[in-house]
Amino acid sequence: MARRPQLRTLVGLILTAVMLFPLYWMINVSFTQDKRMRKSPPDLFPTHGTLEGYRAVLHQQLPYLGTSLIVALGTVVVTLVIAAPAGYSLARLRPRGRGALTFVLLIVQMIPGIIMAFGFYAIYLRLGVLNSVAGLILADSTIAIPFGVLIFTAFMSGIPGEMLQAAEIDGAGTLRRFLSVVLPVSRNSVVTVSLFAFLWAWSDFVFASTLDIGGRHQPITLGIYHYIGNNNQQWNAIMATAVVASIPAAILLVIAQRYVAAGVTAGAVKD
Amino acid sequence: MSDHAAAGAVKAAPATASRRRGASLSRQFAAWAFLLPITAYLAVFYAYPLYRNVDLSLREYTVRSFVQGGAKFVGLKNYRTVFDDPTFVPALVHTAIFTGASLVLQFALGMALALFFFQHFKLSTTLRALFLVPWLLPLIVSASTWSWMLNSDSGIVNAALRAVGIGPVHWLTSPTWALASVTLANIWIGIPFNLVLLYSGLQSIPADVYEAAALDGAGSWKRFWLVTFPLLRPVSAITLLLGLVYTLKVFDIIWIMTRGGPADASTTLATYSYQLGFGTLLPQFDKGAAVGNVLILIALAFGLLYIRAQRKAAN
Repeated sequence: MARRPQLRTLVGLILTAVMLFPLYWMINVSFTQDKRMRKSPPDLFPTHGTLEGYRAVLHQQLPYLGTSLIVALGTVVVTLVIAAPAGYSLARLRPRGRGALTFVLLIVQMIPGIIMAFGFYAIYLRLGVLNSVAGLILADSTIAIPFGVLIFTAFMSGIPGEMLQAAEIDGAGTLRRFLSVVLPVSRNSVVTVSLFAFLWAWSDFVFASTLDIGGRHQPITLGIYHYIGNNNQQWNAIMATAVVASIPAAILLVIAQRYVAAGVTAGAVKD
Repeated sequence: MSDHAAAGAVKAAPATASRRRGASLSRQFAAWAFLLPITAYLAVFYAYPLYRNVDLSLREYTVRSFVQGGAKFVGLKNYRTVFDDPTFVPALVHTAIFTGASLVLQFALGMALALFFFQHFKLSTTLRALFLVPWLLPLIVSASTWSWMLNSDSGIVNAALRAVGIGPVHWLTSPTWALASVTLANIWIGIPFNLVLLYSGLQSIPADVYEAAALDGAGSWKRFWLVTFPLLRPVSAITLLLGLVYTLKVFDIIWIMTRGGPADASTTLATYSYQLGFGTLLPQFDKGAAVGNVLILIALAFGLLYIRAQRKAAN
């Protein structure tokens, strides 16, 4: 491989450009005029750019974006409330049967979402909660909760025992120790779990397309899906919606890159 | 429960023992109180839907009995019907090809990139972070972008091929290319995951191992095959198995790009299952659930291998 460092940087830039080309293309097409869309060869730069696509987003997709935001935030809350106490118990309280529970948490992450969707569909239909935002939040939280518990367990195991013993000597019970010692020092893991729960719920298509396809409030993934199904011609609007739907991922990468890398590795290689 | 040590010190020995048992019991009680939400959650939102799914696959459902209940128990009949369906075997084969090709290429490219970025040059950290983007995007965003790039008439890929004199390839609409096209998009999405895991594996190899090998006069190619690769074996096993379990699950990309078509040319077990239950006007939930359960069994088999590899790596 390249010997000189500048050459390496150059090779790195080229590789990154190749890798991110589809992203560039998405942005380029989002600015392309309808009448130039099927031109051959296609415009490589949006020199005759238009905002038609983004105007369509503004007029048609805002409710979808709002729903996605609510679903994603709701999923974060449900995930934290259920996963954080479980992580604390598994890491610090030595419950009997924790090996078995950890095993179950690993296994359930391997169940394909489409199979969960069948079960949820049958249950939701009976209960009459199909096409509801709350139903979608609960289904989406299955993606993040097992991962969340494992992350919390790993992080909370690393809290120095002296801190908790000091609180115990001061007379703090199990709940107090959790709320006023463990949670505050676990801020990083709370951020990591929240970020992934948000992103996964925001990106979910399987549950949305099965449990909420007839809903009055639908997430942005279905907004894009309807676009693709309905008007094959307006690719600038489809790509503009795709660009907007990518914003959370972009923000995440800029402000929370270290949490992202930590989440990817912690989910796979437990220490 | 927090005072048992102090209290035990002044009490007689037998009393301490029973006291301690009481304390440990109340500790267990507290521990499980914190696990109550997750246990209830797993029962209601995992065990019950899975049970419903198995139940679905063992009964003969019509749309009517699906809503009103009272469907007839038919044992494994749905499974037999599905296995005899002309779509099943192709779906199984496509799943194997899609998963196998994705894994090998993601891993090879991820490894090459991890080694490249491990050389620490100017901007290497920033560029490595940018490589994560495809993995963070909603799958529907990536899938629709690739759809348009691979469009037969107006896609940039065919425009580039035309420029070098190659005629249009019907990436998504010909049975020859559809599976390869969705695999290509899936590889693109999976590279970052492999890069991050393998890079963290490289970081955990002690630097003096490399120095020793360099002193022995091993060139960089030899160092990779004799030192790096064997030391990365546990991380590689985990990366591959986890990638396998993730790839078996992939549904969004294929469904959005080709809907498993044309003529089932790119259908996998996941899209076949979805097609049966949700992709038609006349849903066959019982048969869709049966296909789904076959997919679960395959995923779990490899999932157990993954857990074993992880335990081995931890020791």
